[in-house]
Amino acid sequence: MGPLPSASDGLARHAHDPDVGGHFGRFGGRYMPEALIAAVDEVAAEYEKARQDPEFLDELDRLQRDYAGRPSPVTEARRLSEHAGGATILLKREDLNHTGSHKINNVLGQALLTVRMGKTRVIAETGAGQHGVATATAAALLGLECVVYMGEVDTERQALNVARMRLLGAEVIPVTTGSRTLKDALNEAYRDWVSSVGHTHYVLGTAAGPHPFPMMVRDFHRVIGLEARAQVLASHGRLPDAVLACVGGGSNAIGIFHPFLDDEGVRLVGCEAAGDGVDTGRHAASITGGSPGALHGALTYVLQDEDGQTVESHSISAGLDYPGVGPEHSYLAEIGRAEYVPVTDTEAMEAFRLLCRTEGIIPAIETAHAIAGALRLGRELGPDATLLVNLSGRGDKDVETAARWFEVVDPAALPTTEPVPDDAAAGEREL
Amino acid sequence: MSTGAGARTGLTVLDEVFTTARAEGRAALIGYLPTGYPTVAGSKGLLAQTLDAGADLLEVGLPYSDPVLDGPVIQHAVETALRGGVRTRDTLEVIESIAARGGRAVVMTYWNPVLHYGVEAFARDLAAAGGLGIITPDLVPDEAGDWLDAADRYGLGRTFLVAPSSTEQRIASTTAATSGFVYAASTMGVTGARDAVSDTAPALVARTRAHTDLPIGVGLGVRSGAQAGEVAQFADGVIVGSALVSAAEHGRAAVARLTTELAAGVRGNHTGR
Ligand SMILES: Cc1ncc(COP(=O)(O)O)c(C=O)c1O
Repeated sequence: MGPLPSASDGLARHAHDPDVGGHFGRFGGRYMPEALIAAVDEVAAEYEKARQDPEFLDELDRLQRDYAGRPSPVTEARRLSEHAGGATILLKREDLNHTGSHKINNVLGQALLTVRMGKTRVIAETGAGQHGVATATAAALLGLECVVYMGEVDTERQALNVARMRLLGAEVIPVTTGSRTLKDALNEAYRDWVSSVGHTHYVLGTAAGPHPFPMMVRDFHRVIGLEARAQVLASHGRLPDAVLACVGGGSNAIGIFHPFLDDEGVRLVGCEAAGDGVDTGRHAASITGGSPGALHGALTYVLQDEDGQTVESHSISAGLDYPGVGPEHSYLAEIGRAEYVPVTDTEAMEAFRLLCRTEGIIPAIETAHAIAGALRLGRELGPDATLLVNLSGRGDKDVETAARWFEVVDPAALPTTEPVPDDAAAGEREL
Repeated sequence: MSTGAGARTGLTVLDEVFTTARAEGRAALIGYLPTGYPTVAGSKGLLAQTLDAGADLLEVGLPYSDPVLDGPVIQHAVETALRGGVRTRDTLEVIESIAARGGRAVVMTYWNPVLHYGVEAFARDLAAAGGLGIITPDLVPDEAGDWLDAADRYGLGRTFLVAPSSTEQRIASTTAATSGFVYAASTMGVTGARDAVSDTAPALVARTRAHTDLPIGVGLGVRSGAQAGEVAQFADGVIVGSALVSAAEHGRAAVARLTTELAAGVRGNHTGR
């Protein structure tokens, strides 16, 4: 086997780029305030230069290799396979990246871009906290000021990641408006950016938002699929029958799907968070249970009521608890190239338990949705099937939620879920 | 400019708001309040009060769940309205109530509620209700194809925004797509009353004038008669939002008092702060 593709290979231009306005079919584009158009134009122009600049590409590859630990391995899950109709299950191990998830791929790229643009401050929104941790990490590495917006509900259920971000020197601002989750953190990040755009880059954490973010974030994550495709071909001498990933905003999914788009026989399956069940209305399955609308900068599938008001999403997984989805997924769903299936909280937690017990891997609860999708598809397709699953992140951050779910420890021994204090009010001691 | 033989469209009336003010040697006063704050009936009353106390044009805000361009005051008001169950059709009803009193009003709305209602249907129903146009804070002309057509068909004004960060090229293309009046966002930031009028506003207005003869309204941050007077020196319209919403928390009398002060301000008669 030759050398694996590098992160920089993900940035090469290709036939699946959107039009100049950032449209994937009718989806995407820029549904956003004029005040920020200059900023996204600057990002788009800088990204176009960077993706053709050998110095930038070398630096990205160096960081991905020496700092983040790429390439990530593919692990064959032999014992899990018994629970998936005997199908071969291959796990793309993004959980082994530095900071514990795929998020670092995008963040290293955007942080380098921030430096190129001469900006000194980054802001980010985060749900599970993984993107916030990755952004805080890259900011520390490159000497950038970092502010992370996080819904108050999420600061409670992902308290460990709040602590990680603060240890890394980032300021974490709990967002108390609206549903106090990821969507509201995005709103606050936009509000910050409108007034700080002169010196601040908004490191959007998923393949959503206005052009060029869906394309650029995708490109920084394409390395996942590029590597995995080569790895599976080398180890199994064939392409997988299906590629599965969980879909929040859709960055880990688009990253692993994209290099397989032209492989017609390969099914692409996005696993959306169905919460209590799509028919209960308490879910976060934007494609399965939503309709096209404009949210956070793009035309895409959105959970909305009969007046176009965004509906609150629900999921046990903070990172999937978002009422929108990246526009390219809306497009792939509409043209039928990818399929999107709902996975409930209960199914995801059962898959979480199985992966822990059969493979010794504690996944992120987000990721557990993809595992659940693979178990279901494996049982359907049987032992001849080969399924590639994006193991987008590890579950350290979710140990408390899982411990409660499975009642593996005395609830009294777990921390209470007091709101995380504002930084201003936090401990006296200087870090 | 006018669409049919002698037809008075919303856009014609909107143009008159500014030509009248200009003839009087002053800027127009434009007041914003959202539908449904504190209730639908309450907002009708507050808007009527604003009109009676001297606003030339009303901006009726259509509450939206994700108002990314709004600061805490307006966020709070629209959250209250939404919690109270306000619907898109309530805004059309409020517009109708203003038109029935001889008032002039446009809708200020984030784009998704209009997309969901149907761009064509919303334009039709807004025109039927007597509304004059729409201000679209998160829609740029690049994505507005359907709305450009619908506005022409129903004779409605299309107010797009320009910002201090807008390039010359974008000011040119944005004003070319605009009708009625241009909205100049005076600062890089969200809505909210500020102590001082931004010093970027006069420069933005001057840059915008180089590209268009349309009237230019300046918004974001005006809260007093003195500030209104300052803005009236260089703009054709003074837009007041958060300050009116704050006043609305104290009732109709407070709204009337502030509007009276602002109306004096745009006439150069303000009595200091
Ligand atoms: C481990 C992990 N997987 C998946 C997601 C969902 O994001 P996306 O859909 O952009 O991959 C998150 C988000 O926080 C995450 O932390």
